[in-house]
Amino acid sequence: MYETHYHRASSIQDAVKLKQAAGEGKYLAGGMTLIPTMKQRLAAPTDLIDLRHVSEMRGIKVTGKTVRIAAATTHFEVASSAELAAVCPAICGLASHIGDPHVRHMGTIGGSLANNDPAADYPSAMLALDATIVTDRREIAAGDFFTGLFETALEDGELVTAITFEAPAKAAYQKFANPASRYAMAGVFVARRDNGDVRVAVTGAGSSGVFRHKGMETALSSNWSPDALANVPVDASDLLSDIHADATYRANLVKVMAKRAVAAA
Amino acid sequence: MAKITMTVNGRQVSGQCHDRTLLVHFIRENLGLTGTHVGCDTSQCGACVVHMDGMSIKSCSTLAAQAAGSEITTIEGLAANGELHPVQAAFKANHGLQCGFCTPGMVMTAVDMIRRHGGQLDEATVRAELEGNICRCTGYHNIVKAILAASAEMGGARVAAE
Repeated sequence: MYETHYHRASSIQDAVKLKQAAGEGKYLAGGMTLIPTMKQRLAAPTDLIDLRHVSEMRGIKVTGKTVRIAAATTHFEVASSAELAAVCPAICGLASHIGDPHVRHMGTIGGSLANNDPAADYPSAMLALDATIVTDRREIAAGDFFTGLFETALEDGELVTAITFEAPAKAAYQKFANPASRYAMAGVFVARRDNGDVRVAVTGAGSSGVFRHKGMETALSSNWSPDALANVPVDASDLLSDIHADATYRANLVKVMAKRAVAAA
Repeated sequence: MAKITMTVNGRQVSGQCHDRTLLVHFIRENLGLTGTHVGCDTSQCGACVVHMDGMSIKSCSTLAAQAAGSEITTIEGLAANGELHPVQAAFKANHGLQCGFCTPGMVMTAVDMIRRHGGQLDEATVRAELEGNICRCTGYHNIVKAILAASAEMGGARVAAE
């Protein structure tokens, strides 16, 4: 790891100020991607601004059906929140299968979203739940937030502070995990609103990162059942191909995971 | 270089290290506690697992600076008064190790797992919870057996205490 300077932020304002004062600085949440990347010398931030001690960035608040998860809340905290499980168990289930127990004790929802790994789980939930990403300066709809592989709408120095969404009537997430890394080779989050609106978001498979599958959304809007997806085509031309799975195999996985998710919702 | 202070196995300790120093290196090199191992160096194997403020974490993927002010427990902090911790005793009784390299991480993971599940563990849960710990000798069978035995004993002890 290259030399770096560690700073511990005490508030959101403090964190943003520290970041502004830093050269090529980076926010450090759980560090479960950033530190391994720095160890491999693939990232070399001059400064790290640690967010773990910013109390206003921790915790889950459920008011009626409105959910607010502060950005430095860990995967473990999301997975084990009884309050959250009462209104949206799908997101608890998703968090309980990220990485391994040690990663879940450190890794955070905000860190995952800001990194936007194309195989990360949370981006699909944000897109399917029509969540809002709250930053230190504005609110961004999930649909506008994820802009490409490891790319987001965040400006330089902009800090994700929380996410909010309205709990859906039904939702579920299913992923086919890479047997070694446990990242999604295909993960599908389905959500249905009280008014019948359906969203289907796919992670791990898209060559430009997380995406919505409009064909499956239309099919599920008129018939919320796994069978409704039987004849919906999944186009392989925009999907990732690698040594683990080629695009046509991933296209099939997307369909199978979507069916399983609808059955589980 | 900065001075870092934390509580390790109940004792307040401090040491000079770089901001980039990993917690595992601080524990091994500054404190001389070499029970915590570096296995893979790519954050996958779990040989470096310690507890920070009561939760299992990978000390190879955490900076010492991040851990400043926290309470750390390492494998050296488990046995009390010359008696093995129940999890350590169960690994011994069930032959839950061969070369022993992964064992400190396995034991620290097992203690955390048993605490979170309140002694209510089954084989499938133990195997799923071992996702982040790799053993290249045992085939995991006796590790799982050891964790289940320790969980039953510690769960039983809790009931007796109540």
